[in-house]
Amino acid sequence: MSHAPQPLGAPVVRREGREKVTGAARYAAEHAPPGCLYGWIVPAAVPKGRVTAVRTAEALALPGVHTVLTPDNAPRLEEPDDPVLAVLQNDRVPHRGWPVALVLAESLEAAREGADAVEVEYGTTDHDVVLTGDHPGLYTPEKANGGYPAVRERGDFDGAFAAAPVHIDATYTLGGLHNHPMEPHASTAVWADGHLTVHDSSQGSTVVCESLAQILGIDRDRITVVSEHVGGGFGSKGTPRPQAVLAAMATRHTGRPVQLSVPRRFMPALVGHRAPTVQRVRIGADRDGVISALAHEIATHTSTVKEFVEQAAVPARVMYSSPHSRTVHRVVPLDVPSPSWMRAPGEASGMYALESAMDELACALGLDPVELRLRNEPADEPDSGRPFSSRNLTACLDEGARRFGWYDRDPAPASRQEGPWLLGTGVASATYPVLLSPSAARAHAAPDGSYRIGVNATDIGTGARTVLAQIAASALGTAQENVRIDIGSSDLPRGSVAGGSSGTASWGTAVHRAATALAGRLAAYDGPLPAEGVTATADTTQEAAQKSPYARHAFGAHFAEVAVDSVTGEVRVRRLLGVYAAGRVLNSRTARSQFLGGMVMGIGMALTEGSTMDPAYGDFTERDLASYHVPSCADVPDVQVHWIDEEDPHLNPMGSKGLGEIGIVGTAAAIGNAVRHATGARLRSLPLTPDKVLPYLP
Amino acid sequence: MDPTPAGRGTAAPAPADDRSTLTLHVNGTARTLTLDHRTTVLDALRQHLGLTGVKKGCDHGQCGACTVLVDGRRANSCLLLAVAHDGARVTTVEGLADGDRLHPLQAAFLERDALQCGYCTPGQICSAAGMLDEAAAGFPSHVTPPTADVPVGPAPLGADEIRERMSGNLCRCGAYPHIVRAIEDVAP
Ligand code: FES
Ligand code: FES
Repeated sequence: MSHAPQPLGAPVVRREGREKVTGAARYAAEHAPPGCLYGWIVPAAVPKGRVTAVRTAEALALPGVHTVLTPDNAPRLEEPDDPVLAVLQNDRVPHRGWPVALVLAESLEAAREGADAVEVEYGTTDHDVVLTGDHPGLYTPEKANGGYPAVRERGDFDGAFAAAPVHIDATYTLGGLHNHPMEPHASTAVWADGHLTVHDSSQGSTVVCESLAQILGIDRDRITVVSEHVGGGFGSKGTPRPQAVLAAMATRHTGRPVQLSVPRRFMPALVGHRAPTVQRVRIGADRDGVISALAHEIATHTSTVKEFVEQAAVPARVMYSSPHSRTVHRVVPLDVPSPSWMRAPGEASGMYALESAMDELACALGLDPVELRLRNEPADEPDSGRPFSSRNLTACLDEGARRFGWYDRDPAPASRQEGPWLLGTGVASATYPVLLSPSAARAHAAPDGSYRIGVNATDIGTGARTVLAQIAASALGTAQENVRIDIGSSDLPRGSVAGGSSGTASWGTAVHRAATALAGRLAAYDGPLPAEGVTATADTTQEAAQKSPYARHAFGAHFAEVAVDSVTGEVRVRRLLGVYAAGRVLNSRTARSQFLGGMVMGIGMALTEGSTMDPAYGDFTERDLASYHVPSCADVPDVQVHWIDEEDPHLNPMGSKGLGEIGIVGTAAAIGNAVRHATGARLRSLPLTPDKVLPYLP
Repeated sequence: MDPTPAGRGTAAPAPADDRSTLTLHVNGTARTLTLDHRTTVLDALRQHLGLTGVKKGCDHGQCGACTVLVDGRRANSCLLLAVAHDGARVTTVEGLADGDRLHPLQAAFLERDALQCGYCTPGQICSAAGMLDEAAAGFPSHVTPPTADVPVGPAPLGADEIRERMSGNLCRCGAYPHIVRAIEDVAP
């Protein structure tokens, strides 16, 4: 083979790119087994209560309607670990949109008409859906998402705060946010010859396979879950979702293949959301800006179905030296859909508040906000006392300030104007932890000199195939073109979920180990390989369980320039720069796209994405893409991405940190801080839509 | 527990007065279909013709994932009823490449990494193809400077024009900056 090996980091074009630009790539709902039935969920039309009757006769009389599954007749399931998967098992309605029936029909049109014709009667009770910072139902859980302790105290926060000469005490409010990947959640399930095959739009088909096995009470070996191409997830496909259970249940029940897509408007109720937060940040500092006391206290909601606590106070345990500190999460179960992971859960929401508060402190001190951050660089991780494996926040801030032309600014607010536009700049830091999950991989060498790697990774748009081929090729000393990669099926060696910015590190470590073992084995062969080739495997379960003596995080800095229309209150992002220190970048082309994607979602969080809970109706008001505004092309300037070369030997064999989430962290704060600089108005809730901004303009 | 079905409706297709026979000229080939009157052009392409390069992101005209060219103009195919488009010429992403040779927009999207998950990509590319023709034909956009000449001459396509004209196609992966560059590579 003629290709020369390329170093890790080369901008290799994504492998499935051609299939994606030609339309050949097939997603979960694009498999059409013969005889397929189409499903349509009937969502609960009340926010709280019980289903007292489901009348299906009219629906069943419609042409093309085959079956209606209801809590009365649906197959019984084993109790799932994740209670959101216990669909059609009882009459309880925990929130609007909870599935109360599933219509199966010969066509999509008939299924939808059938769902409209199902009559459901409810007994309702009073609902409570609105989070407030002083909600009487708030309690302190044991843990927040990610397994972090809900409460951490160091030193004497109250005493140090009271004694500090400079105080910030500010409360920030974030509404819910919705993942809205462009591909709605979907499953195509086929039960044939005692084997269940599910094409599922998921971030991790190993987990979906294991969940279905447990819930359906069938052997894992009798289930194959395929997630070959996935149209984004951003956390919402990181856990098995109801459509997979419903489709699997329905195909087993009817003996026919079943395809079920979640309509866009049903997604906020069924696939998780970023929970709203009310965040109080208190900082006590001396007149040079050195922080002595830092408290970050969160109130958030969960559903009555399960406890999910957005870990928004966790970054305050990592970011700045703070000898006296308190970080607290409190949560109240409301009659709302279950929140879950959305891109950088905890970090994205928490760093909005913390980095806004840092800007408030800089303003109070009359100190440059970059300089303020530099003055509070900790020697070790404040919460744990562990040394950082690498921490290059300072380099990110310095390099970013230089590239952005940061120091050209006049720090006085509302000091730049261009016609009707008020201009301002803002900065914020970013952080995201380095996570590693157990994975397994298989590496095979064929006599013709080609290699084949198997690992159940999932490519949700990251370019996983490409980067894993690069990792394998580098371990094998060959060109990546010589390496075939099989991913996206639960029949492959167990892979972790594409989430927590841990995919490349987790699968990559397993691939590196398997490929390295294979290379070792190949060295023993002098002549040609045996006809069946040579295989090696690796499993990182033990390696991933080892606790590192180091605090391991990626860091970054975001710089934004905004223009605020003094007539309409509209905020436009003019420039946005992200500079990251995220270990070794393994593919500069796909890495850039990931950073960029996070920053674009951060623009949405800052300016356009707003979700409100209607107290009377008892659900999110903005449930579709016409009302929930994800950024469009015209909202996004020519975003600049840069990274700092970082050598960190304490991570994994590739030396990489995750990239998928840090781009969103801090972007909203940088934009909010820029709006403050442009206008002089400190707004403490997002998104910064014209109606919020206009009252503060001259 | 042994599940019992709630019952069975008739498995027959919709009666004849709910269906019509029509012909769509898809990527240069005449395709005659008998379809439920409620079937959209999007579902006709995806479900009945297997052209799953056309994506369904919202089914409500809000995202642009289903963009195809209908009689040369870009359209959200989820908003078009197939029965109302008998005889229409439809071009999907599958019809853009010339054999193995990618359409210049496809090649530019690949080269610029103007995609991540790829789900919005076919719609973006079809939309860009339609948009370039609109601009060449002199259609103004919201950001085109006001001009005395109506219609305007071929509109020059700077980044701002591309951003404005492509804003009907959402990309949740946030590939916009690369999408704009890919289109700039192809724009005259
Ligand atoms: S699917 Fe047609 S616009 Fe979204
Ligand atoms: S590439 Fe994923 S939505 Fe555009």
